Amino acid sequence: MEDSILEMKSITKEFPGVKALDEVTFSVARGEIHCLVGENGAGKSTLMKVLSGVHPFGSYSGDIFIDGVVQQFNGIRDSEKAGIAIIYQELALIPELSVYENIFLGNEIHNGLVIDTNKTIQEAAEILKKVGLDVSPEVKVKTLGVGKQQLIEIAKALKKEVKILILDEPTAALNETDSDNLMELIKGLKQHGVTSILISHKLREVLSIADTITVLRDGKTICTLDNREHLVTDSVLIKHMVGRSIDNVFPRREKIEPGEEVLRLENWCAFSPALGRDILKDINISVRAGEIVGIAGLMGSGRTELAKSIFGNPDRFRVSGTLWVKGEEQKFRSPGDAIHSQLAYVTEDRKGNGLILIDDVRHNITLANLKEIATRGIINENEEIVIASNYKQSLNIKTPSIEQKVRNLSGGNQQKVSLGKWLFVKPGVMILDEPTRGIDVGAKYEIYTIMNSLVEKGMSIIMISSELPEILGMSDRVYVMSAGKIKGELSADEFSQEKIMAMAVDY
Amino acid sequence: MSENPKILEERAPSFLSEVIGLLKSNISQYFMFIALIVIMIFFTITTDGIFISSRNISNLINQMGYIAVLAVGMTLVIVIRHIDLSVGYLAGFLGAFAAIAMTAWGLPVYAVIPMVLILGIASGLLTSTPIAKLGVPAFVSTMAAGLIFRGALLLVTMGTGTIIIKDKVFNAIGNGFIPDIPDFGFLDNNHKVTLLLGALGIILFILSAIKGRKTKLSYNFKVPSMPIFILELVLIAAIIGYVSWVLSGYNGLSWSLVVVLLVVAVFTFITTKTPLGRHIYAVGGNPEAAELSGISVSKITFIVFGAMGMLASLSGILYASRLQSATTTAGLGFETDAIAAAFVGGVSAAGGVGTIPGSIVGALVMMSLTSGMNLMGIDISIQYIVRGAVLVGAVIVDRATRKGK
Repeated sequence: MEDSILEMKSITKEFPGVKALDEVTFSVARGEIHCLVGENGAGKSTLMKVLSGVHPFGSYSGDIFIDGVVQQFNGIRDSEKAGIAIIYQELALIPELSVYENIFLGNEIHNGLVIDTNKTIQEAAEILKKVGLDVSPEVKVKTLGVGKQQLIEIAKALKKEVKILILDEPTAALNETDSDNLMELIKGLKQHGVTSILISHKLREVLSIADTITVLRDGKTICTLDNREHLVTDSVLIKHMVGRSIDNVFPRREKIEPGEEVLRLENWCAFSPALGRDILKDINISVRAGEIVGIAGLMGSGRTELAKSIFGNPDRFRVSGTLWVKGEEQKFRSPGDAIHSQLAYVTEDRKGNGLILIDDVRHNITLANLKEIATRGIINENEEIVIASNYKQSLNIKTPSIEQKVRNLSGGNQQKVSLGKWLFVKPGVMILDEPTRGIDVGAKYEIYTIMNSLVEKGMSIIMISSELPEILGMSDRVYVMSAGKIKGELSADEFSQEKIMAMAVDY
Repeated sequence: MSENPKILEERAPSFLSEVIGLLKSNISQYFMFIALIVIMIFFTITTDGIFISSRNISNLINQMGYIAVLAVGMTLVIVIRHIDLSVGYLAGFLGAFAAIAMTAWGLPVYAVIPMVLILGIASGLLTSTPIAKLGVPAFVSTMAAGLIFRGALLLVTMGTGTIIIKDKVFNAIGNGFIPDIPDFGFLDNNHKVTLLLGALGIILFILSAIKGRKTKLSYNFKVPSMPIFILELVLIAAIIGYVSWVLSGYNGLSWSLVVVLLVVAVFTFITTKTPLGRHIYAVGGNPEAAELSGISVSKITFIVFGAMGMLASLSGILYASRLQSATTTAGLGFETDAIAAAFVGGVSAAGGVGTIPGSIVGALVMMSLTSGMNLMGIDISIQYIVRGAVLVGAVIVDRATRKGK
């Protein structure tokens, strides 16, 4: 019997109408890095919420043992006392406060009345050193990038006596460099005896770091694999996650000869008044009908800004240069103008600026093109129901009904609603910004299939993505961006991960 | 995908379970309406039936007109995540302006009313310019505008104090009733045109409901079962019928109520049936997503505040007309009542949620409380406390029922 620091036995957790966890058994050895993988909705986050006391003792059945002792957590405070720290995908930092204030938030060092600022800063500096973060503890968190903020979250956790560190998709919003740094940090913590549980969709990352991998599917433990020798492969993992093997992660597409040029940018520059600097410099790109053009680059290289500056410039950058759409020069003053010229933009951040979460599937799908279903200024709701139902069916949106609030759908299905919404504007060119971020393998495959069928019908897709395999697997051509510039263009027969990466880090 | 979705066998639900299902899924919508009926029954019992008398109901409705129209506008303002604290004094100022235009300048009422409505729109647009164009919080911008309107009201009434309005047409808006046909020996104690209009309303409602159901069926959509459909028709017909009957027992339909019904009908139509209405809710639900969907958030902000300004001027007209005068304190606290009505009626301060009929029910709840407690002779101090408790209670229940879903 191995020395287990944590054992969760026969955990069952039910929500009204769903069994989120069904007799899940999960055992973590002392000092290891244990990865938890599974499709969205497999129960990973729920299991971690049971462990951290978010779902209190009594709301689930089964037992949690830490160091062989049964635990009954009634809240996060209890689990923290037992040495468990959890870091969520959405960061819980307060941007307007400084780094040290954030690290000690809720645990301020004080003399009974007044906060001891000097001592706090000193201790914060030491903790920052531990996570290898070289910033002043006194700067405001909002001035730091996502990668550094992630490290501050970890610093915050380390300040407490942590035995088990849980990270829920910590690299989802990080670029490759920051991800690598984070992985190194987790390995470093292992040397110091910290046990880590890592939830991730990025299988490459999982395979490189995990000692043990547990796969969950539909609320059940499917298997636990020993990866100390790094012998597990991604196809094995994928097979366990989806219960079937995907021969090819990217669906095949008949290569067709691209048609006429549909979009062209010349000497495109943008200046952000909010940031006070140039964010796009001298961009020249061209997109033809029936092509998927990938835009690769690291986070912060200006890809989303490029998309927004084309799509009616809602952030009010100062833009110069020329934009041609279908051979006509265009000066869009708003996203409405861009939509009118048959452009569509599926945003990177579905929840933030993509969908109306409190509204239902039907209203979200028709929102950008209401005039299509309105006769004499009145919306024909029956027609709307037909349209929304058709998209539900053709995009395989899994929802009990089109009247369901989008908030209640899983990430993959929300993304399909987003796609439906933008397909309904009948676009000629569709910009997809991180189309598969945070969604599970099965839904990814479906979205790739949809993309392929769209370009086969003659649509053009500009796909912004941080995932290199996706860029390589889907694009006909790739532009690589770095620091607001196009660093190079690669065609399908010449690109490779190494070539793209080399351009992306070329500042 | 991996497996076929389980096909659930659909059984025709029993009548009772369908009713319960409908109630359950719409509890937050129906709750305030049910609460309103409970409140009305309570006051009817405690006042020995005086509360439900034709005369009292008629008064209650005519008194709430100027708050009801404000509540309609406030609903939209809150839906797009803003607030308008200026409307009380705007109503007061424009009421006084109307009085001066008629009495001092001798302008005809038919010119004065459109003029005041346009002034209201202009004021709303002006107030919202810093909000829509510069991102100034609505709380600040409208509070400042409220102070300015208050000053303007004092300024225009400085020389005269209260201005008495003598125009009969103008005063009829707040006090008059629609004309009746002469008695002919049948239902002589009732207002016959009101009853006729009530009957007409019921017929129109039933016809449009049947047509809507037929269209839905032609699309092969699921519709409520026939018994439920008939129950719904009967219930709503009964409410329209009862209200017209009660009103016909006093002086019939008042011009105030006509104005309110028109405003409610027009704004309900716009919010539920038109792209503009969808855009308003989209801006409230997620402004950034709305902007990226081609909706101009600043344009919607101007439209909503412009409509609010127009409704504030209508409110001022109704109030001045009801008092047959413009006073220096007109408008005091109107905005608070309108905001309270909207919140009681289920509008969410987080934006994107709230209906116009809901806010009208909210206004009726607050007005019924005032009227009922007045009849019971309860001191004004207690009245404020009760209304405050009902306001916060309603919002708590609303949140709880929404979360439950």
